[in-house]
Amino acid sequence: MLLWLIPAIPLLGFLINGIFGRRLPKNLVTAIAVGSVFLSLGWVLMKVLPGLAELRGAYTEHYFTWIASGNLQVGVNFTVDRLTAVWLLIVTGIGFLIHVYSIGYMAHEGGYYRFFAYMNLFMFFMLVLVLAGNYLLMFVGWEGVGLCSYLLIGFYFDKQFATNAGNKAFIVNRIGDFGFSLAVFLMFRQFGSLDFATVFGQASAAPEWALNTIGLLLLVGACGKSAQIPLYVWLPDAMAGPTPVSALIHAATMVTAGVYMTARSWPIYSHAPMAMETIAVVGIATAFLAATIGLLQNDIKKVFAYSTVSQLGYMFVGIGCGAFSAGVYHVMTHAFFKALLFLGSGSVIHALSGEQDLRNMGGLRRHIPVTFWTMMCAAVAIAGVPPFSGFFSKDAILLAAHQRAPWIYWVGIVTAGMTAFYVFRAMFLAFFGSYRGHHHPHESPAVMTVPLAILAVLSLGGGFIPIPELLESVFPRFVEVHDTALMAVSVTAGVVGIALAYLMYIARPASADALAGRFKGLYTLVYNKYFVDEVYDAVVVKPVVNGSRVVLWKGMDAGLIDGSVNGLGNRVRGVGSILRLIQSGNIRSYATWVLFGSVLVIVAMGIAGGAR
Amino acid sequence: MNAVPLSWYLTLSAVLFALGVAGFLFRRNIITVFMSIELMLNAVNLSFIAFSYQLKQVSGHILAFFVMVVAAAEAAVGLAIILTVFKNRATLNIDDINSMKN
Repeated sequence: MLLWLIPAIPLLGFLINGIFGRRLPKNLVTAIAVGSVFLSLGWVLMKVLPGLAELRGAYTEHYFTWIASGNLQVGVNFTVDRLTAVWLLIVTGIGFLIHVYSIGYMAHEGGYYRFFAYMNLFMFFMLVLVLAGNYLLMFVGWEGVGLCSYLLIGFYFDKQFATNAGNKAFIVNRIGDFGFSLAVFLMFRQFGSLDFATVFGQASAAPEWALNTIGLLLLVGACGKSAQIPLYVWLPDAMAGPTPVSALIHAATMVTAGVYMTARSWPIYSHAPMAMETIAVVGIATAFLAATIGLLQNDIKKVFAYSTVSQLGYMFVGIGCGAFSAGVYHVMTHAFFKALLFLGSGSVIHALSGEQDLRNMGGLRRHIPVTFWTMMCAAVAIAGVPPFSGFFSKDAILLAAHQRAPWIYWVGIVTAGMTAFYVFRAMFLAFFGSYRGHHHPHESPAVMTVPLAILAVLSLGGGFIPIPELLESVFPRFVEVHDTALMAVSVTAGVVGIALAYLMYIARPASADALAGRFKGLYTLVYNKYFVDEVYDAVVVKPVVNGSRVVLWKGMDAGLIDGSVNGLGNRVRGVGSILRLIQSGNIRSYATWVLFGSVLVIVAMGIAGGAR
Repeated sequence: MNAVPLSWYLTLSAVLFALGVAGFLFRRNIITVFMSIELMLNAVNLSFIAFSYQLKQVSGHILAFFVMVVAAAEAAVGLAIILTVFKNRATLNIDDINSMKN
């Protein structure tokens, strides 16, 4: 099927735009960047999708052996099964729409070619990650998307907060990647191979402690990439990048890589109950905590960023409860509606010439109706209103959670209510009431609104794509008991959330502030994101920085290393200043030394027994 | 045949060499120093020849010729240098010829 073409085309686009982009005309840059993603999408649609019906197992293409060292054999293999196919469609499909959208969004920005070069590079690495047939190649893609994330978060590199956010994302992800690499080492030790087929084939025979450890270490990796507790802190800051980046990388694709990796490793997890439970707990805790923070954010992108963290938590709940296909299902629907929410907020920001604060918006539905209606589609989808996409996937996860552990279900229900609340709060603040800003809002061009419309259709109807049925051959069977009462509860939670938002922000706009005044302590705590950043700063960052400065810099580098090198030089100079006296320039003193030396040699020879 | 024992030659050679060393170290006149070097070389030559005679081997003779050739070359070059130095400095005191120092 020539799978390598799928990532190779965006890579070519990156190389052309990255090297020559500065000199190429803007239209050509656009054509190369968007065209390459379009070709990838076309290749997926034409070559991979038709064979999907017959594809029960995995189809692998081996290109060459990358590393051959002792027992370690790592090939560059691309594998397609149905799980991969779902991801390929999400990545290339959403990626293409966002590339098109970016044409309009980035039209007036500097570094146009640079932006598209990075985006293409991201597409390349993401597709490598998804197509990889072994853990090491997956790690290549994993690191590559991290690099692109860093580059694109810090895209406005002349702004301090953007470069800081980029650094934060990169460094926090290092912690996760450390876990991932340890998991890969352990896997090699345990199974002697990194190929998915070999590892999964032997997984059931491996001891449980090994599988649990591998599973937990992989989870550390997933926590970094997919922004789960305790490593979620980078994602909200990542909003410093351009909005299409937030939509593509930090909502739809890259952050779901952790979900992909854990779902892909299901044979390991299904024999590692402890790791599974940890995933579920981490997932629900993240979902809940992030949702509470999302309730009070005033930056429209921050609201959706915390929403992303929260929804990723849901996906992990699905994985952790053994409902792998439900987790993947939610990845897909989330990719639709969250990409749409981000692109929509990008359109709002574009309309207001850079304004991101919800307090300076309001009444925009009359000014930018297309953006409003498309975002409304996404909002009802994420709020879990039936029969839109979010309802199906979230319900599948919650039902699985109820079978596994009812308390997770109830926390999930509360989170679902909060989700509906914060999304509609953002919608009401931005689009209803009277306009509180100063710029004159203008609707975005068609190149931006058409992707919005397509995503709106997908958000509304995406729930009817039968992902769980499609993935039945991939994952172990998870029998879901369809309980209408539970379904009604989750719908009620969503509706209550929406109604509450309506009550507080439209019917009685003053009540929100009154409520905040009533619970001042709690409000301050949540508004400041539980001071997690501050705690991390005090507990991790400051000690590391100070330790580096005092111990490593002043102590080790300046003290020990510089000290020993300079000390050696000083000793040499000191000894030299004494030896210098010997070189008097007086020929007779030299002759004396020669004589002295010769006598010494003769005496030594005499003592040693003559020159025999 | 065994008119003069080897040790006499060697003693003479050692005495001559020591005289050469002493002259080299203690005389200031550059020509005297030069002559002291010649004395040392010829002291060595003497011991070479003595050994060669004693051991009935020709290599000592050959080495002596080498030394004489080197001494001749050295004398030629050395005397030329001394001549030039004297022309420029009007002194033959070895301690005054120190402009390379520092």
